[in-house]
Amino acid sequence: MDDEMDGGKADEGVLGFKYRNREVADKVLQRLREMDLNIRIMHVCGTHQDTLIRFGMDELLREVGVEIRQGPGCPVCVTTPHEIEEAMCLARKGCTITTFGDMLRVPGTGESLADMHTQGYDVRTVYSINEAVKIARNTDNDVIFVAIGFETTAPSTAATLEHGSPPDNFKVLMCHRTIPQAMDVLLGLGELRLDGFIDPGHVSTIIGIHPYESISEKYHIPQVIAGFEPLDLLMAVYMIARQYRSGEARVENEYKRLVKPDGNQRALQVMNKVFEACDVKWRGFPVIPDSGMKLRSGYEQYDARRQYEDILQEIWDMEIQEPKGCMCGEVLRGVANPEECGLFARACTPRTPVGPCMVSGEGGCNIVYKYGKNRI
Amino acid sequence: MCLAIPARVESVNGSMAKVDFGGTVQEVNISLVDAEPGDYVVVHAGFAIQVMDEKDALETLDLWRELLEHESVSIT
Repeated sequence: MDDEMDGGKADEGVLGFKYRNREVADKVLQRLREMDLNIRIMHVCGTHQDTLIRFGMDELLREVGVEIRQGPGCPVCVTTPHEIEEAMCLARKGCTITTFGDMLRVPGTGESLADMHTQGYDVRTVYSINEAVKIARNTDNDVIFVAIGFETTAPSTAATLEHGSPPDNFKVLMCHRTIPQAMDVLLGLGELRLDGFIDPGHVSTIIGIHPYESISEKYHIPQVIAGFEPLDLLMAVYMIARQYRSGEARVENEYKRLVKPDGNQRALQVMNKVFEACDVKWRGFPVIPDSGMKLRSGYEQYDARRQYEDILQEIWDMEIQEPKGCMCGEVLRGVANPEECGLFARACTPRTPVGPCMVSGEGGCNIVYKYGKNRI
Repeated sequence: MCLAIPARVESVNGSMAKVDFGGTVQEVNISLVDAEPGDYVVVHAGFAIQVMDEKDALETLDLWRELLEHESVSIT
């Protein structure tokens, strides 16, 4: 394991507790070894993947019979080429496009938003929706916020539309998605035997533990909500393994310091007031029922798709193929590891990304490449 | 994307607060939580999404202790 695990600069948690104690980690690994496991666990969060690969935990866990796969836990990656083309189409029509950084470099059918920025179109990176609203306040041009992200991010969009009094020229291109529905569909596809889910800590901060419960019941699969320190993940794996060994299938919460059983009710209420569920396609997946969010009636003036329906129709009618040879779909379903893709580290690198999993800091391909493993 | 960073609330002004990310002070929206100066919040995309409290953090440690100490091999 990385030396960083032994302590040092980031050893102390916010409240002074240690989440990177090597001794405890060794004991958990010893426990797992004694359990004589041969299991496969999926997580659905790029930040979990970063911790796992950065600290070499994937290899340590494999040695004790636990294989970890990353699922569709990367909002940029699961955003479809159609949604990227919608944003580019609006940029071409003269709108100001604002979005989070990683979205800019994901190719649509050819170009990316970053390419359009280079060509002089008004495409800007923002850190939060607040910045996009500020931009709108200082221009007469329509400002489109490309609203990607899971339940962690969606409340900020809802709260801004409900309480932030954005100006009339502020519009949202809704691309938010909800994770439990994707987990359900992924298990239903049955492409991969899975023995447990590590549930995403910050999504769960908003939604709590209950939305996962029907998945454990339906597929008899253990789940543990986990934080993002190495010990959080090791403990989550251990808790899943204990359930597996005892034949249980329920949702446990390892991340109690942030995740309450009912989540963040204030965030859920504002989301429910502003958004309603809709069916939406995810990259690498079919259309997933009720996994998207659209603006309720009463908020139409902010809905970019409604306001620009005539212009966007040509995008909706387009047939778009995934880039040739790109295995992002398989990587997002956990069916393939990044190294199994023929483009990985050859035609596809962070400087010349073919698919979104190599662009985003949360993408499985980018993370494996970044930490220098299996480079060709 | 779902990265959320802990910060300490320094001062509150309506729905906004000045928070300290270990030396860097920024203004974030706290309308999704009940936060007061001195609280630790986690911040995602300019919004505090939850307040951390010591009792819950201690519960995590209790959970680990319970899982590891009460079985065949002691962690202590």
